Order: sequence, then C-alpha cells, then structure tokens
Amino acid sequence: MNHQILIAILLLSPVVGFLLNGVRFKSANYVLAGSIATGAVFVSFICSVLLFLDLVSMPAENRRIAVEFFTWIAVDNLKINAGFVVDQISSIMILIITGVGTLIHLFSIGYMHHDKGVTKYFAYLNLFIFNMLILVLGDSLLTMFVGWEGVGLCSYLLIGFWFSDSAKAAAGMKAFITNRIGDAAFIIGMFILFMTFGTLNMHELNALAPTTIEASWLGAVTLATLMLFIGATGKSAQIPLYVWLPDAMAGPTPVSALIHAATMVTAGVYMIIRLNPLFIAAPNTMFVIATIGAATAVMAAIIGLTQYDIKKVLAYSTVSQLGYMFLAVGVGAFGAGMMHLMTHAFFKALMFLGSGSVIHGMHEEQDIRKMGGLKKYMPITHFTFLMGWLAIIGFPLFSGFFSKDEILWNAFSSPRGGELFWIAGVIGAILTAFYMTRLMALTFWGKSRLDSKVHPHESSLIMTIPLMILAILSVVGGFVGVPHVIGQYLGHIPNFWEQWLEPVIRAIPANEFVATHAADHEGLEWSLMGTSVALVMISALTAFYFYIIKPGTSEKVRKIFGPVYNFVNHKYFVDEFYFAAVINPIVKQSQNLWFYVDVHFIDKMTYWTADIVKGGGRVAKSFQTGNMQQYAMYIGVGIVVVLSFVLMR
Amino acid sequence: MLETSFLNNIGLEHYLVLSAVLFSLGMAGVLLRRNLIVLMMSIELMLNAINISFVAFSKFNNNPEGQVMVFFVMTIAAAEAAVGLALAVSIFKRFKEVNIRFFEHLKG
Repeated sequence: MNHQILIAILLLSPVVGFLLNGVRFKSANYVLAGSIATGAVFVSFICSVLLFLDLVSMPAENRRIAVEFFTWIAVDNLKINAGFVVDQISSIMILIITGVGTLIHLFSIGYMHHDKGVTKYFAYLNLFIFNMLILVLGDSLLTMFVGWEGVGLCSYLLIGFWFSDSAKAAAGMKAFITNRIGDAAFIIGMFILFMTFGTLNMHELNALAPTTIEASWLGAVTLATLMLFIGATGKSAQIPLYVWLPDAMAGPTPVSALIHAATMVTAGVYMIIRLNPLFIAAPNTMFVIATIGAATAVMAAIIGLTQYDIKKVLAYSTVSQLGYMFLAVGVGAFGAGMMHLMTHAFFKALMFLGSGSVIHGMHEEQDIRKMGGLKKYMPITHFTFLMGWLAIIGFPLFSGFFSKDEILWNAFSSPRGGELFWIAGVIGAILTAFYMTRLMALTFWGKSRLDSKVHPHESSLIMTIPLMILAILSVVGGFVGVPHVIGQYLGHIPNFWEQWLEPVIRAIPANEFVATHAADHEGLEWSLMGTSVALVMISALTAFYFYIIKPGTSEKVRKIFGPVYNFVNHKYFVDEFYFAAVINPIVKQSQNLWFYVDVHFIDKMTYWTADIVKGGGRVAKSFQTGNMQQYAMYIGVGIVVVLSFVLMR
Repeated sequence: MLETSFLNNIGLEHYLVLSAVLFSLGMAGVLLRRNLIVLMMSIELMLNAINISFVAFSKFNNNPEGQVMVFFVMTIAAAEAAVGLALAVSIFKRFKEVNIRFFEHLKG
C-alpha cells in the first residue's frame, strides 16, 4: 500500500478512537469503549507492522520512508512540514507503542470495567497513542515537540484521572509543571539549533552536525544539546526533575504501564538517539548525560529498597532503568540504549500490568506488607511476574540480560565511558536485583500476611492474556541483539540489532583506549559480564535470605542503618528541599506580587479610572434633562460665546 | 408740518438693531415662557425679526433675493403655526391647559 496512506491510517486511527469515545464520554459501557479503543490501536499496530516489513525489504543504505502531508509553518526561512519519517529508529518505536499499547488497552478493559469514567479513560488513552506517534514520527524537532507536549497533556489528564481525590489531582499537576520546566529548556535548545544550523528538520540537522568534536562547554552544539537533555530529564524523569514520576502512580495502573514505563518516559532517550550525530559532536554533554544517568540509576534504586507501595517500587525502578538508558546513550552506546528501551518496555509494562492484576485481585490494596503468599491465589500473574523479575535483574539469556550487559560493557569500553560508569552501573544492577527480589518475596512468596477479610482472586483472561504475551516478549526479546561474544557460541547468532541500527548511528571518533584493549577484548568482556552476573545473583539470594528464609533480618538491618534508612525512606528529602528552596519562595513572592502589585496597585488604578469616568458621566448627565427650553438656552449661550469669540478677536 | 427729513437718515444699522431687539425678545420668550401659544408667538417674533434684516439687506444691497427669501420664511412660518396649533389644540383637549411640560407625555 501507498506509504502516505499507511502512515495517515497509522496516525489517524487512534484519533478516530478518541473522537468516538470522546463524544460519548459519559457512557459506562466498558465493552464498547474498550473495543473501539483497542481496535483503533490495533489498526495502528497492523500499519506499523506493514511499514516495518516494507522497511526490511528495502536496501539497508536507504531504509527511510518519509512522507509530507502539508506545509505547516512557512515564515521567512523557517519552513516546517507536517512530515513524518519511518526509519530504523522510529519503526521500532511505533511497534513498541502500538504493540504494547494494544496489550495495555486490552488489559484496561478488564481493569477499568467497574469505573464510571471508563469511556473518558479510553478516549484519553487513544489521544495519548496519537500524540506519542506524532512524537516519534515527526521529522522535525517542532513536530516532535507537538507530540512531546501532547503526551504531557495526556499524562496529566490520566494521572489526575480520579481527580476528586485532591492528592491525585495534585500529582497530575506536579507532573505537568515539572515537565514544563524541562520543556522550556527544550524550546531554548531548538532556538539555538535553529540559530546555528537554520533548520529544525532532524534529518538535515544530523547531516549538518559537525564531524569534529566540540571541546568547549559554551559551543553552540554543546549548549543546544545540553538544553535538549534538560528537556529530556523532565520527560524521562532524571535528576533533578525525576520527582514527578513516583507521584504519577496516582493514575490507573495500566496508565503507569503504558505512559510511565513503556512509552512516554522513554521519549527523552529516543530524542537523543534520533539526534545522535549532534550529541556525539558534544562530548561534554555526553559526559553530563552519562553522569546524570548513572547517578539516577543508583539513587532511584536505593529509594526503591525502602518503598512498601508495590507501584512506588516499580516507579523508582523505572527511574533507575531510565537512568541506565541515559548512561548508555551518554557513553555513546545508542544501540544498547535503544535496546534497553525496548526490553524495558516489555518487562516493565509486564510488571506494571502484573501489579495492576495484583491490586485488582486484592481489591485496591497496594501495600506489599499486607500481601505475601499470593503465588497460590494468582498463579498466572505470579508466573508472568516471575519472567519480568528474571528479565529485569538480568538473569542470563532473559531479555534484560542482553541489553543491560551491552550497556555495562559499553560503559566500560566505550571511548566516552570509564570504569566509574561501569561500577555505578553494576551497583545499580545489584540494587535492582535486591529490591526486585524483595518485591517478589513480599508479594508472592513466603507466608501470607493478608487481612482475613480479603480474598484475592486471579484476574480474568482479558487481563492475563496481555501478561502472557508480554512475558514471552520479556523472555525472548533480547535475542534480537545478542552480543558477538555470546552469539558465536550459540550457533553464530548475528547481532540483528546492531546491523539494523548501524546506518543511523554515527560512530564515535575512536581513540587509543580501544586500541590498547582490543587484544584481550573477548576475555575482558566475559569477565566483566561474569562479575556483574555473579554480583547480581548474590544480591538476589541475599534478598531471598532476608525476606523468605530469615524474615526478621531486614528489620535488624534497618535498625543498624536507622538514620540512613529514614533519610532514604523519605526520598532524601528532595521533595521537601524543592518545596523549601523553590516552590515556597515562589509562592511567597507570588502572594506578595498579588497583594501589593495586583490588589493595591493595578486594581486600585482601575477603580480610580472607573470612578473618574463615572463622575464625569454624572456631571455630563446633569445637562441632559429632556427640557427643550434648557437645550435652546444652551444653543443660544453657545452661539453668543462663539460669536463674541469671533467678533472680539 | 411734520419734519420727515430724519426718515432719510435711517440707515441699515437701525433696521439691524430693530431686528436684533425683536429677535432677543422672541428668544427670551422661547426660553422662559411655558405656555405653548406664547411660545409660538415668540417663535413668530424671531422669524419676523430675521425677515426684517433680510428685507433691510435686500434694500440696501439692491439685491431682490433677500425679499424672495422672506416669502419662503413666511410660508414655513404659516405651516409651522398650523402644526403647532393643532398640537396645542389636542394638548388642550386632554389637559385643559397648554403648558409645554405636557409634551413629556409624548415620550415613548
């Protein structure tokens, strides 16, 4: 089929779903609403698959489907088309968005069926898919920004979906406002790029990107990429703007799976991968990205150790895994970052949906201290969650293992990487293994700590089928990118992933580091992999010991680290710090501005103006009496005055 | 024998002064009186004051056009008097008086 039509259907199908559900948003017919929404996304998924197959059939050098629908903006030398590009990167993204999106829509039918706003919910969800597709397909930064803002809006609407609870409404606002800070930086980045290169088209930007590296901190490319990265920290929840993501768990659980794990939060990583030639030209920015990514990965994982809300644990895990992706792109391993993006979308969507299934089965209970032993009540949820757990801790041959190992190896060996990044990554992996095992142990294994009133049940088939599909993907998803060192022993599996992305990823200018390590490359890679896997296994077993074999151990450990534990449990008091340092002073100043400037100056001025006009009107009114003789007198007096003026001159 | 030589000394100024005095009297009547009949008489007075100055200018400038204008003024004055008196009659029928404040009752 014609590519233009195919992409139009891909984009507009969710819009149709949104409109169909949007105009009848008060309906409580969850089957109809869910079928429309799921069907709309499924149509998009089919289009994505067809586009992907077309792309595969093209020769590797020019795998790129670009269509333009109309000229959107044409001002002087700024020309923005409503153009969309399907290439190696965006084709993977649309497959993830629509594929995982379809499964999550399907799950939502079961999860939201007793909610009154179910039709509105599905309308928002479709709108989100549309905006996300605009974000990944847009051929210029401005088109991408439209989607970027659109997904932010949908995220806000869905986090605050149960807005009658003011805490949930506040969480929505927090997400939106935090994102605004990043978006402002993103816009500045676009300005700098347009000033420097005179275009916002990403294909042209990548072609124009300097091939020599820019050493200065204040170079145009470095500044622009830094600004874009600040935008990414907002959208992808990195230090210092990560605070909104844990609160975003106020939304319905499938929303957390779709928006706050699989798709929207990866937009920052995607943007960096798409503009990789620009970022490669700015090593200082790359260093900042890798540092922030590594710091976020470790810091969020530490918070994850102390949380008791099942969704909060997963939220901090998401922040941590996003940190991994930024670490990957920061050291120049764009392919590995992209691969972790995909495997993470599989296993984190799976775990979020699994937690949704648990919450659903436990009748809206989210505290893992009140769970335990759910394995026997929810066998399918437990088994699929187990697959997700093995994937995220990086158990060998599960999907997370390949992507995480690729990131760690690149963090160590890349010219932009270093041992410290590798150590941070391994610490992150160890912590991840610990808190994920803890989550498994407290939720599914061990003795039941259920309330006697609660009778957990396995979820219906419509919820478990998406779990099973995602579980399969979480297990086998990694085989698209088997590293060469392992592939050669498994019957020479080629690294499809690297071959696929190779034309769109620019190589980092090599330096002497690679040359010296090239000789013992293979042995080094095996030993690093072995070290990290061994440490992860030890960590997981420790967690198992803490929570299953000797359930009291964690209490003792917590007592030893009393103040530290408290510090971590309160998320390092970052929220409190932001309130004290930023939000409260702004609120205070705003109140002053309101009171002194608005009420006492601007309002007063307008009142005075009104009073003057009113008084003038009262005076003028006294002349208009309706008495004809008086009018005649005014005329007479007027004539006398004018005549005397004329004659006396 | 009546001395008539002063008649030859009457100039344009005299007519204009007479006209101005009559006009002022008429205007005072229009402004101050409340009786509709008196008002209309005062208006008539003002119109005729103007007529005097028209005729005077016509005579002294040897231009007959001013006198033509006077006929127009008189015609219009007659028409105005007819309309005004008709109004006065109907007001009188209703209120037994012709004070102009009764015209306020014509307000919509």
